[in-house]
Amino acid sequence: MKRSGAISMGMDGLNNAVIPGHATPEQYTKEITIANDGIVNQAAVLKYAQRCYGIIEELDRFGIRFAKTENGDFAVKKVHHLGSYVLPMPNGDTVKKALYRQLRRARLLISNRYMATRLLTGADGRIAGAIAVNTRSAEFLVIRAKTVILCMGAAGRLGLPASGYLFGTYENAANSGDGYAMAYHAGAALANLECFQINPLIKDYNGPACAYVAGPFGAYTANNEGARFIECDYWSGQMMLEFFNELKSGKGPVFLKLNHLHEDTIAEIESILHKVERPSRGEFHAGRGTDYRRDMIEMHISEIGFCSGHSASGVFVDEFARTTVPGLYAAGDMASVPHNYMLGAFTNGAIAGEDAAEQAYGLDFAEIDPVDIARERERVLAPTRREDGIPPNQIEYKTRRLVNDYLQPPKVRRKYELAQARFAEIRDDLENRMLARNAHELLRALEAASILDCADMAAFASLYRQESRWGLYHLRTDYPAKDEANWFCHTLLSKRDGRMTGEKRAVDPYIVPVADDEKALYGKQRLRASA
Amino acid sequence: MPLAATQTSVPVVVDNDKCIADKGCTVCVDVCPLDVLRISEMTGKAYMAYDECWYCMPCACDCPTGAVTVNIPYLLK
Repeated sequence: MKRSGAISMGMDGLNNAVIPGHATPEQYTKEITIANDGIVNQAAVLKYAQRCYGIIEELDRFGIRFAKTENGDFAVKKVHHLGSYVLPMPNGDTVKKALYRQLRRARLLISNRYMATRLLTGADGRIAGAIAVNTRSAEFLVIRAKTVILCMGAAGRLGLPASGYLFGTYENAANSGDGYAMAYHAGAALANLECFQINPLIKDYNGPACAYVAGPFGAYTANNEGARFIECDYWSGQMMLEFFNELKSGKGPVFLKLNHLHEDTIAEIESILHKVERPSRGEFHAGRGTDYRRDMIEMHISEIGFCSGHSASGVFVDEFARTTVPGLYAAGDMASVPHNYMLGAFTNGAIAGEDAAEQAYGLDFAEIDPVDIARERERVLAPTRREDGIPPNQIEYKTRRLVNDYLQPPKVRRKYELAQARFAEIRDDLENRMLARNAHELLRALEAASILDCADMAAFASLYRQESRWGLYHLRTDYPAKDEANWFCHTLLSKRDGRMTGEKRAVDPYIVPVADDEKALYGKQRLRASA
Repeated sequence: MPLAATQTSVPVVVDNDKCIADKGCTVCVDVCPLDVLRISEMTGKAYMAYDECWYCMPCACDCPTGAVTVNIPYLLK
């Protein structure tokens, strides 16, 4: 718990702070709508935008400092295409410890080293609890609950990093997509999973180059000529498509360029980047002799994942963080509120907690069917009952290597069909031949099952949406154009009668209108030569 | 399918002279999000039991005696 979550060390700033005087909730909602090609549930985005300032004030009371100007105002920076929402946190390396202190102060019961594996639902379809297994002792645990909040992070171990190192991921590698798999098997709908997370990262290190941090100081993304090629460094599918095109052109690789900045500025950027979010970055650069004063930082495109922090996918939730299963909630990177980031996790977590507590009040526990528990016990412990078999790391490596081979955009139908055939073969191995020799290997075995579920969902969702949208995230070669007439909708994936199914869901009428001439603002990312 | 033991160089290194796990400290083991560190029953000191590292640093930063070093895994260094 002390160091869990997407960030184990800390965070250098808030990417999506809606602060009075700098932005309004309506402006923010409009920008996020445009950035996601219009496919958003505005009610949930607006609710976040209205609530997040209160969370910032709460964090402030916890002792987390935010950058201020000499007048005492929040020093908000502009990184997005239109508005200003980025707020640096000078002591962001203390955020995890400050939150942990609050948990202890509230005397909450914290149980470490249990991995949730499946949700339980009652005969009426309502949530009934969850099953967990201890990752040190393999103790099997059944938890009854009136409401459950899923906050299990991104599917960060879906694609395989180019380094080949299974845990060299952008996301905290502990986030292996278990929440998506659990929601799916409980019958919850998952939205727009074809809108992959693909990020511009430091090559090999696979951590963020952090244009969000360095950009406001004057750094920018450049090609091998040291020239800018995109107008805005804020991550969006269209930006990633331009990045991809530049890499494939003779002007790749792509770099983050700081070497034109003043020594004092570079030292300040360095002190943030090498201390807070991914502090081992300094050691990585030192090992290769990369000095920001002299060298540009080589970047590449990451492997794919699911993460609403940087896209529009996730377990489908409304503005109360409710999923489509009664009593089940989802918040953070795995829920479908787009561009959540850390502040979104805090804010939507609070919204989920308040509603879940209110709903639970007066409810009785739903009945649990012992057959469900017996079936899950058998599934969870099966890899421990074999004398011989395939280790989880090989199952995982093969799944993720095939995700790279076949699912990485541009998306080709034939490749996707081959992926589905290969995944089915791996599933047979996973269910019948996977071997775990101890509780730790069992943890990895269960994660491998979630990763395979996510791979299958990524393939299914991508084939279902027959158009291209969100730039590189869902770029189909057989449907290269956006099709507003047929596909201006959410796609919902869910498990029905044991099978993966897809359906369209209309985008709710906008609360904050977007004018026609504003809709394409994020589509114009490539820098045009001026006369 | 028989199993083989394959060697791997692990990124997290513990200085046994500084490590106080034998005095009851388990800080590095407790803070690791990937749960890959253990206390050796032979030496009483912390060590990396599984090469599954996100090179995220809490083990090194939270160690009270500065015994833990996180190196960048060789494959991506």
